[in-house]
Amino acid sequence: MNNRALVIGAGIGGMQAALDIANSGYEVILVEKEPAIGGHMAQLSETFPTLDCSQCILTPRMVEVGQHPHIELLTLSEVVAVEGEVGSFRVRILRHPRYVIEERCTACGDCVQVCPVVVPNEFDRGLAARRAIYIPSPQAVPAAYCLDPDACLGLFPLACGKCAQACGRDAIDYDMAPETIEVEVGAIIVATGYELYQDRAVTAYEYMSHPDVMDGLEFERLLSASGPTGGVVVRPSDRRVPKEVVFIQCAGSRNPEHGVPYCSKICCMYTAKHAILYKHRVPDGQVYVFYIDIRAGGKGYEEFVSRAMEKDDTVYIRGRVSKVFPADDKVMVWGVDTLTGRRVEIAADLVVVVAAIVPSVGSRRLAQTLGISVDEFGFYIASDTEMAPVESNVPGIFLAGAALGPQDIPETVAQASGAAAKVLSLFAAAEAEERARAALELEGVMDRVTDQVLASPVEVV
Amino acid sequence: MGIPYYPGCTLSTKAQNYDRSGRAVAATLGFELEELSEWQCCGATFPLMLDDSMALIAPTRVLYQAQQAGERLVTLCAICFNVLRRSQALLQRDPDMLERINWFTEQEYQGVRVVHFLEVLRDDVGWEALAERVTRPLTGLRVAPYYGCLLLRPYEEIGLDDPEAPTILHDLVRALGAEAVDFPFNIECCGSYLTVKEPAVSETLSQEIVASARTCGAQVIVTACPLCQFNLDYPQRETEAGRTGDEIPVLYFTQLMAIALGLPEGDWGLEDHYVSARQLFAEQAVQAASTVK
Repeated sequence: MNNRALVIGAGIGGMQAALDIANSGYEVILVEKEPAIGGHMAQLSETFPTLDCSQCILTPRMVEVGQHPHIELLTLSEVVAVEGEVGSFRVRILRHPRYVIEERCTACGDCVQVCPVVVPNEFDRGLAARRAIYIPSPQAVPAAYCLDPDACLGLFPLACGKCAQACGRDAIDYDMAPETIEVEVGAIIVATGYELYQDRAVTAYEYMSHPDVMDGLEFERLLSASGPTGGVVVRPSDRRVPKEVVFIQCAGSRNPEHGVPYCSKICCMYTAKHAILYKHRVPDGQVYVFYIDIRAGGKGYEEFVSRAMEKDDTVYIRGRVSKVFPADDKVMVWGVDTLTGRRVEIAADLVVVVAAIVPSVGSRRLAQTLGISVDEFGFYIASDTEMAPVESNVPGIFLAGAALGPQDIPETVAQASGAAAKVLSLFAAAEAEERARAALELEGVMDRVTDQVLASPVEVV
Repeated sequence: MGIPYYPGCTLSTKAQNYDRSGRAVAATLGFELEELSEWQCCGATFPLMLDDSMALIAPTRVLYQAQQAGERLVTLCAICFNVLRRSQALLQRDPDMLERINWFTEQEYQGVRVVHFLEVLRDDVGWEALAERVTRPLTGLRVAPYYGCLLLRPYEEIGLDDPEAPTILHDLVRALGAEAVDFPFNIECCGSYLTVKEPAVSETLSQEIVASARTCGAQVIVTACPLCQFNLDYPQRETEAGRTGDEIPVLYFTQLMAIALGLPEGDWGLEDHYVSARQLFAEQAVQAASTVK
C-alpha cells in the first residue's frame, strides 16, 4: 500500500479531504485545473444559512492548504491517465505552464500595469475585466500571477514581452512548456464540483443576450465586497442601482422537456440568501421570486427562507416565467401566479436566472480516465447510494461534493471528510496489517530462539 | 424540377397572393410547385385526442394524394404544414392507427415527407445561392420576421427550427439584402382562430406584436402563415377615424422574395393587403438606388 493520496479538484470539497488526510500525517497530492484553489465557494459573497462571509471562512483554509507540509499542490493541472489498482495507482498528471515561476512571484502586480490586453475576468463571471497576465482574485492561493496564453500577445513571436521587462524578479518565463509527471498513490478522491447550466432552457430567458439578465454566480459577485463593484449592487447595462429584481428559480432544473429533470437542491436557499443580502444593500428595493415550490430541507433552512419572506419582504410568486424580454430600459418578465390564477407582468431592473447545477466541464472524460461510472448527466455514481455514498465502483477511488449531484457546502464538506476517512482507514488498515506481520515475524524469531535455547544442553553445575 | 405542392383552402381563396408569389418564386429558383391533381381540406387542426382517428382521415387523404405524386410534399401555409407534418409523424410511429385509417379509406398510405417551402429554400437552394439570385436587393429595408407558433411547434414533431430563438426567416431576409429586425414578440401567439369567435382578444394580442415590431424599428413584417398575416394586418385597417400613420405592412415571405428576385409586379400580390406596402417599396428602391450611386 502506497500511503499517499491524490485529490482531484481543489474546491471546498477537495481542500477539506486533502486537509483531513494531510493532518493525519499522510502525503497528499492536490490537483486543480484552474490557476488558483477555492472553487466556486471563493466566488461567493456570503453562505447560507448563517450569512458567514464566504471568503472569511474559506481563505484561512486555502492558506493552510497552500502551506501544508504534507500537501503538494499542483494548479493548472489535469489527471490524464491512471493505471493500477487500490494501493498502487500510477497517475499521469499534465501540468499546463503558468508562464510565471510561482516561487519568484511576489504578487506585486507590476506586470499587470504594462499588459495591453483586456479580457473578461472569469472569477467575476465576466462582470469585470482582467489583463492577459493576472491573478484570479486578490486572495488567490497560490499567490502568484499567471499568464493566459490565449490572450497574451507576446507568447509566441515576441511581439510584446512588456510584462517580462516590468518584472523585477525575473519571474516570467515565456518558454515554459507543458509537462507530464507520473506519481504513485494508494487512493484517489474525486471532487470536481459543478457548473451552471447554460443551455436552451435558460437562453430562452434572454440570459446570454441581455446584460441585465444574469445567473446566480454573477449576482453573487455583485453582492461580494471584494467583487467588481465593491459590493454595491448595480446593473451592468447602465450601472444604476436596480430597484426591482426578479429571480427565476428552477431555470433548467425540474424541466425534463427542455432542461434537466432533477432538482438542483441549493437554489431555493441561495435565492433566499440573495434576496436577504440584496435587501440589506438596497433597503428600498423589491425582490420577486418565481418558484415551483420551496425546498428548504436542512437545519435552519426553512427559517432562513421565512426570514427572506417576512423580514425582508420578498414577494414569492408560485409559478413559472414564460418570457423575458427587453422593454425600454427595463427587462419585462411575464409569468403566472398559480395561487391566484393570474398572469403576472413585472417590469424589472434586473433578472437573475437561477440556473440548474450541472457537473463541471470534463467530468465525463475524467470518469473515463478513472474507470468510474457517471449517470446520464455526467454526475459520478456512488457504488451504493445508501450504504456507500462516497465510494465509486472502483476500489480505492472515492467521491465527494457536487460532482456526485447538486450539493451545498455543509454536505460537500461532510462527504469530503467521509471520503478522507475512507482513505485513512485504507492506509491505517494496511499499516495495522504491516504491524501484525512484523509482530508475527518477531514471534517466529522468538519461538526459534526459545527452541534453540531449549534444545541446547543444559550444563548442570 | 417539380415538387408536389399542396396549396390548401386559404391559399386558394383569401391568400391567393401567397400562393401566386410562392409559385412564381419557386419557378424562378427552378422548383416547379406542382399542385396535387386532386386534394381536399387538410383538417385545419391537428387532432389532440389520442383516439381521434376520424380527424386523421382528412390529412391522411392529402398525404395519400401526395404519395401518388412523389416522395415529398411542399406546403406554404403554416397551418397545413403543421397538420400534415404532425399527422405524418403520428402515422409513422403508430402502425395500428395507420392500418386502421388505411382500412377505412381503402387506400394504401405508406409515408411521405412533408416539408415547408422555407426548408426547400434553406436545404435545397441555400441562403448564399439565393442571395446570388437577388436582382433588386432590399438594401436598407428593416424587416421583422414573425414566426407565430404553428411553423415551429411542437418542436419534437415539427423540428424546423429552434422554437424559442428561430432564425430561418431572419436568414432569408438577410439573403434578400434587407436587415432582419429582432423583436421580442416574434414567436408570440397572434390570436389564431380567436379572430372568429373573440376578435377583441385576438386584436389585443396582434396589436402588441405589431407595436413591439414597430418599437424595434421594423418597416415591414413578414410571416409564413395566412392566419398570422390576417390577424396582424386586419386590425391595422383604415377605420372611420382614418389611419394613425403607425401602420406596418404585413407580407408573406414569398412576396418579399418576388420583389427581391426582380419578378414582375403581377407576382407580388401587394394589392390584397389592409396596409399597403407599395409606397414603402417605391421609397426603398429610390433610397437603394441613391446609395449605389
